[in-house]
Amino acid sequence: MSLFSEGEPIRDTRAPDGSIKGRWDQRRFGGKLVNPANRRKLSVIVVGTGLAGGAAAATLGELGYHVKSFCYQDSPRRAHSIAAQGGINAAKNYRNDGDSIQRLFYDTVKGGDYRSRESNVYRLAQVSVEIIDQCVAQGVPFAREYGGLLDTRSFGGVQVSRTFYARGQTGQQLLLGAYQALERQVAAGTVEMFTRHEMLELIIVDGVARGIIARDMVTGEIETHTADAVVLASGGYGNVFFLSTNAKGCNVTATWRAHRKGALFANPCYTQIHPTCIPQSGEHQSKLTLMSESLRNDGRVWVPVEKGDTRKPADIPEDERDYYLERIYPSFGNLVPRDIASRAAKNVCDEGRGVGPGGLGVYLDFQDAIARLGRDAVAGKYGNLFEMYERITGDDPFEVPMRIYPAVHYTMGGLWVDYDLQSTIPGLFVIGEANFSDHGANRLGASALMQGLADGYFVLPNTISDYLAKGPYEKIDDDHEAVVEARASVTDRIEKLLSIDGDRTPDSFHRELGAVMWEYCGMERTEEGLRKAIDRIRELRAEFWSSVKVPGENEELNQNLEKAGRIADFLELAELMCIDALHREESCGGHFRAESQTPDGEALRDDENFAYAAAWEYTGEAPVLHKENLEYEYVKMTQRSYK
Amino acid sequence: MKLTLKIWRQRNAADKGRMASYELDDVSPDMSFLEMLDVLNERLIIEGDDPVAFDHDCREGICGMCSLVIDGTAHGPQRATTTCQLHMRHFKDGDVITIEPWRASAFPVIKDLVVDRSAFDRIIQAGGYVSAPTGSAPEAASIPIPQADAHDAFDAATCIGCGACVAACPNASAMLFTAAKITHLGLMPQGQPERYGRVTAMVDQMDAEGFGGCTNTGECTSVCPKGIPLETISRLNADLLKATAKG
Repeated sequence: MSLFSEGEPIRDTRAPDGSIKGRWDQRRFGGKLVNPANRRKLSVIVVGTGLAGGAAAATLGELGYHVKSFCYQDSPRRAHSIAAQGGINAAKNYRNDGDSIQRLFYDTVKGGDYRSRESNVYRLAQVSVEIIDQCVAQGVPFAREYGGLLDTRSFGGVQVSRTFYARGQTGQQLLLGAYQALERQVAAGTVEMFTRHEMLELIIVDGVARGIIARDMVTGEIETHTADAVVLASGGYGNVFFLSTNAKGCNVTATWRAHRKGALFANPCYTQIHPTCIPQSGEHQSKLTLMSESLRNDGRVWVPVEKGDTRKPADIPEDERDYYLERIYPSFGNLVPRDIASRAAKNVCDEGRGVGPGGLGVYLDFQDAIARLGRDAVAGKYGNLFEMYERITGDDPFEVPMRIYPAVHYTMGGLWVDYDLQSTIPGLFVIGEANFSDHGANRLGASALMQGLADGYFVLPNTISDYLAKGPYEKIDDDHEAVVEARASVTDRIEKLLSIDGDRTPDSFHRELGAVMWEYCGMERTEEGLRKAIDRIRELRAEFWSSVKVPGENEELNQNLEKAGRIADFLELAELMCIDALHREESCGGHFRAESQTPDGEALRDDENFAYAAAWEYTGEAPVLHKENLEYEYVKMTQRSYK
Repeated sequence: MKLTLKIWRQRNAADKGRMASYELDDVSPDMSFLEMLDVLNERLIIEGDDPVAFDHDCREGICGMCSLVIDGTAHGPQRATTTCQLHMRHFKDGDVITIEPWRASAFPVIKDLVVDRSAFDRIIQAGGYVSAPTGSAPEAASIPIPQADAHDAFDAATCIGCGACVAACPNASAMLFTAAKITHLGLMPQGQPERYGRVTAMVDQMDAEGFGGCTNTGECTSVCPKGIPLETISRLNADLLKATAKG
């Protein structure tokens, strides 16, 4: 049986026509508005409280809608956006270094290896400048110059300095800004907050998203929440690899449940492997920790020239070191995009020149920066990152070079959305990392924060009004057939998970799944490997449903029950990721097919056959592929070059 | 290494709770403290016991979700470090380690080591924000902020809301948490219009939640994983005094 079939292409993304510069204005003007007095009669569910979800819930509340906000953590402030370190891009051109909206747009499309949608990316670049204004007004303590003006720094993949930052904790400060705005709305009564709640099913009535089934993670109660629209801001699915830089609780359940109910899932194979993470230390490893890409501004990446050189780094003389990024990519050097830096690290380790345990690491060395700028200046810029590194590894980066290795960090794929960020299910909107829209096949550094806040503060609150203006929709009672069906599917699944009583823990399946995905659907993919992975994932899924052991009951705080439900969904998503990776017989951005590379080992795109977003339809059996052709009117598609 | 763990077990809020003892072999010094607990839990599941519930999420010291009192100290023996960033190399073979939840009446236990910290959210709701609805912002560069102020504001804003300050305080006061937000916003020009109303409302809410008063013992700052300085409390008190004088 074939792994998938092909269906109708997606022809309409609802992006306005005309010059790209005017599309966002045109969309806002063309959309219907809701009278302020009518907004409080309309309700919106927002799942997730990261930058996208927190910003959206706060903004929708400010506009006067009735918002129900959900997060699985004990407070909305803990969403994983909080861990973003480096910064947020904006085309402010405060440096007078040639930046512009057009350049941010161009860099993002190019950085995404020409697999993103032009209209969306242009809007993102336009909105970027408003985000900085908004965050500053909230009191976000961005880094400042001596004169009191905002400081910026450079990031991978670009040659201008457009990244605003708050030490190495930019995500934290931006998220706390959104969180505080959200709590202000909770106090104002426009937002109802549901912490320690997990969405387990989407309610669809007459083909339209009308609510969710959520589990209260403290009492186990299965709750029905209905609304006029549902917004998913539930983040990415990097935890399918078990080891990633995501928080332990990050999961695909909200978007996967929506996918099973009809929302197309686009480009699931586009995964970002971040080049600068702390290498794994042993079998017990539960997650990987990122070291901000901003370190590459001043740190130099190298490995020994000779294979198997076990000398201490300080004992290896300058001419026996290979600063391979500077050598291969002289114009971008250590600041090449993430996908390129990661693969280069893999290549030198595959050659046997890796350092540290198992040879799975490369040096990130600050000696030159310390000599040039002084220890204090380096500490001022990166102090908290150096401390974090030392806590985890026991080594002091002021004394010995950091050891780093790539790790799964971000997923560019996600639920397919149109220009309005609406999925293929009317009334279901998807924002932030959970959607697929802006980063193509590779995301540039400091662009995730930009996209999350663009979607949450500015895009969704405008586009959703056009949909809500058609409401209020008919009230849904708890005994409505669609609600009963959704509740039953949730309770049946929980009962099943608790009743298997096998001999393997949920985590043991997750670890095994992660190892399969890293091996065959990680930094380098081949047809043979992906086919193997698909077979193994299917077996593993069957084993899971026959031999998982979930302790305890539903009617209590049960962390293993939560885990088991999430792993069950990862086990389905993983297969789709492999099918997507297998069908895309080209290399682009974070998706590297060994069969498709240039003579010098760079990713080789096949624009003739693959210049489309692959949106997958769930059928329960072989998925159906719907292609959205990507047309480039404003950026010429070229082979990316950072040499 | 071999360890003995004495862990607080409590089925739910109604249960009285008790300490239980577990032996663990083969603990690697490179494990994080929570990875060590993962290993214990994997074993408990297979043995048919109830695994130990504990809060955690990012495991990189920034989300503020992890929260254990280890050998009597919130977040354990290493200074300026969350439990998730504490590694087993700080312990030695044969150690007996006591693990308890945050203890404070404003943080009721939900299960085992998991407590309810929603009181912190309600303190922020009372005024821990700048009222700047989306879209209303002036151009970012129009408000220069002296670098030193931005720096000090950041030092306070770095609070992760974990609650270790409350757990360490003999009075279970939430003063350091509240003062960190007062200081962050009070040092920024954006925070000025609401400055005095904010401090009054947040302190009132702190009292209403049942947190104790501050008697300047300084335990809070010594366990704070982000090293929020005690001066923030002086700033809060100064603002509160002015707010009261203003009536």
